[in-house]
Amino acid sequence: MLKKISTLPFKDTPEQATKLDAVIAECTGDNSQLMHVMQVAQDIYGYLPFEVQQKIADGMNVPLEKVYGVATFYAQFALSPKGEYAISVCLGTACYVKAAQEIFDELSAQLGIGADECTADGKFSLTACRCIGACGLAPVLTVNDDVYGKITAKDVKGILDKYMN
Amino acid sequence: MENMLNIKINGMPCSVPYGTTILEAARQVGIEIPTLCFLKEINEIGACRFCVVEVKGARSLVAACVFPIERDGTEIFTNSEKVRKARKTTLELILSTHERKCLSCIRSGNCELQKLCKEYGVETEDKYDGFKPVYELDFSAAHMVRDNNKCILCRRCVAACNNQSIGVIGANARGIDTHIGSPFELGLDTTSCISCGQCIVNCPVGAIYEKDDTAKVFEAINDETKHVVVQAAPAIRATLGECFGMPVGTDVTGKMFAALRRLGFDKVFDTNFGADLTIMEEATELLDRVKNGGVLPMITSCSPGWIKYCEHYYPTELDHLSTCKSPMQMQGAVIKTYYAEKNGIDPKDIVSVAIMPCTAKKFECGRDTMDASGYADVDYVLTTRELGRMINTAGINFALLPDESCDAPLGQGTGAAVIFGATGGVMEAALRTAAEVITGESLEKPEFHDVRGMEGIKEASYKLGDLDVKVAIASGTKNAKALMEKVKDGTADYTFIEIMGCPGGCINGGGQPVQDATTRNFTDLKALRASALYENDKNRPSRKSHENEDVKTIYAEFLGEPNSHKAHKLLHTSYKARPMYNK
Repeated sequence: MLKKISTLPFKDTPEQATKLDAVIAECTGDNSQLMHVMQVAQDIYGYLPFEVQQKIADGMNVPLEKVYGVATFYAQFALSPKGEYAISVCLGTACYVKAAQEIFDELSAQLGIGADECTADGKFSLTACRCIGACGLAPVLTVNDDVYGKITAKDVKGILDKYMN
Repeated sequence: MENMLNIKINGMPCSVPYGTTILEAARQVGIEIPTLCFLKEINEIGACRFCVVEVKGARSLVAACVFPIERDGTEIFTNSEKVRKARKTTLELILSTHERKCLSCIRSGNCELQKLCKEYGVETEDKYDGFKPVYELDFSAAHMVRDNNKCILCRRCVAACNNQSIGVIGANARGIDTHIGSPFELGLDTTSCISCGQCIVNCPVGAIYEKDDTAKVFEAINDETKHVVVQAAPAIRATLGECFGMPVGTDVTGKMFAALRRLGFDKVFDTNFGADLTIMEEATELLDRVKNGGVLPMITSCSPGWIKYCEHYYPTELDHLSTCKSPMQMQGAVIKTYYAEKNGIDPKDIVSVAIMPCTAKKFECGRDTMDASGYADVDYVLTTRELGRMINTAGINFALLPDESCDAPLGQGTGAAVIFGATGGVMEAALRTAAEVITGESLEKPEFHDVRGMEGIKEASYKLGDLDVKVAIASGTKNAKALMEKVKDGTADYTFIEIMGCPGGCINGGGQPVQDATTRNFTDLKALRASALYENDKNRPSRKSHENEDVKTIYAEFLGEPNSHKAHKLLHTSYKARPMYNK
């Protein structure tokens, strides 16, 4: 599936910038370290927006397209930020047959975002995953480290309300 | 020789040096192994699997393009049932995601995929008719279109772009979603693409092509109220014949002018005139910089791909660029001023068309300051390929045309102008004039052999009178980059540098006829085309720009002297820093 490119404005703190500069400085001149730098950058920012990829490209002295090509090849790299609360709905077989898609669709409608997107206020992001190994609780979703099992689409509003304030 | 290996290809014994690829070895015994992704020294990735052959004892079929022969007694089969079947299947799979609108495709008749389908007897286009991704076309660039629906993912364009040290296109995403694109799927116009068009001439199919302006030119020709003037660049005469099946390196100067006249252009001029004019302006500028402590080394400004490269990648070094417009723009400027005035034509009624070996010229004609008369110096730029198509559309039998000359007064060109089309040519032309201007003596031999040839970077030193001149020449922006790093850190002790955006210069420009991979891999296209220009130069009565009578006349009647106020206003330009990405 093609990755969604975030349109949210990029936010950067001096601490984050310093950390990224440090890892780039450490690896400049060794192109085999490109993925390592990208992984660290994603740890710092949660995703790899244009500004971060451009900084990596300039620092590593490779074309930006090279960085973007790698970022879109590997599933682990994200082009969209994670929200303060990252919601992950399991669409693995057991959850799916228990109507997990309806739960996903309800979340999508209530938050106004699609898969791999983040709300404009940065509060929620939504992803689908394939089996978290809790099939006994199917259908299941997680909000950060909180697990919600045996739920229906009707429960979605109540779950979101918990994180609204 | 001890490192020669005795091998057999299809049962025929032959001997090849250790490490020769199967592709090269087969060629030596007269067998052409077909390739799709392979481009010698540019794209050697063995990805498309079309060149597969059988090697006795090998576990599976191997890619001939990259498989080195390292064992004595190796037995290779290039034409077995297994090989033919594998190749045919590869074609059928490529076709499964290919937009098969072949009849209306710009590359119909000149498509490597089409040719191979014919040769391998593909019976149906839709043997595997599965999921087909649909892509929007990228029309954003001034000079070209990218159509991923036709792309076969061979990555030749990506390799060509990287070989220019640009790298604004690459493979994005993975699996069935894999597609060629720019970072963040930006349009090419917002990237640091330099419009060189090397991706176009290396594309085997119709996925990348120039923006076609032939309809607009036909329309102008048919408009009775318009005076349509055409100029043809030096390099066109060495390549136009290829559009009609003539051998690479055929000089078709006379037929080219005849064809342009038959297409209905009101006046047929030669950019050679503009090239001689450029030398007068540029040599004067150089001598002025040397005498008066101007910025050195001075770098040529004829190649719009190179100029755009410098603006994106070396924005702090723009002072090194000569302020001279390119020969095309100079010629356009004097067409709508000097020529218009002389013939009592209002410049607004002139349509100025330029036939160029170059896609970046389509970008250049829209740059700031390219309107000396108040109207665009050049209205439409057509590539060699577009001119070829116009000639075919008009039903002109090119091979049967007589040799004709171009029109006066912007037609005369010297041998110095003709060689502008090959790397080192502008330098040689400038040296011929500078040497005579400085010493006041006539050169015994006008040839400067050290600046000729297809090496990426060339250097030479000359003593012209009292002046020591050290020059450098680079073609292809990868080589330009190497020189520019020296210019930037102050270690480039040259007086004058010539840079052309495309490897080999204009004869290998992005607007030139597309030759298939086999031709590109096994013939030196660049050297053959360049030799046509050097031969043309050798046979001209006049071989030095300052001896061009038409050029002398325009200075006497109109411009005054080189670098005069008027010349500056009409024939010079300025540059600006451009960002790498303009998101």
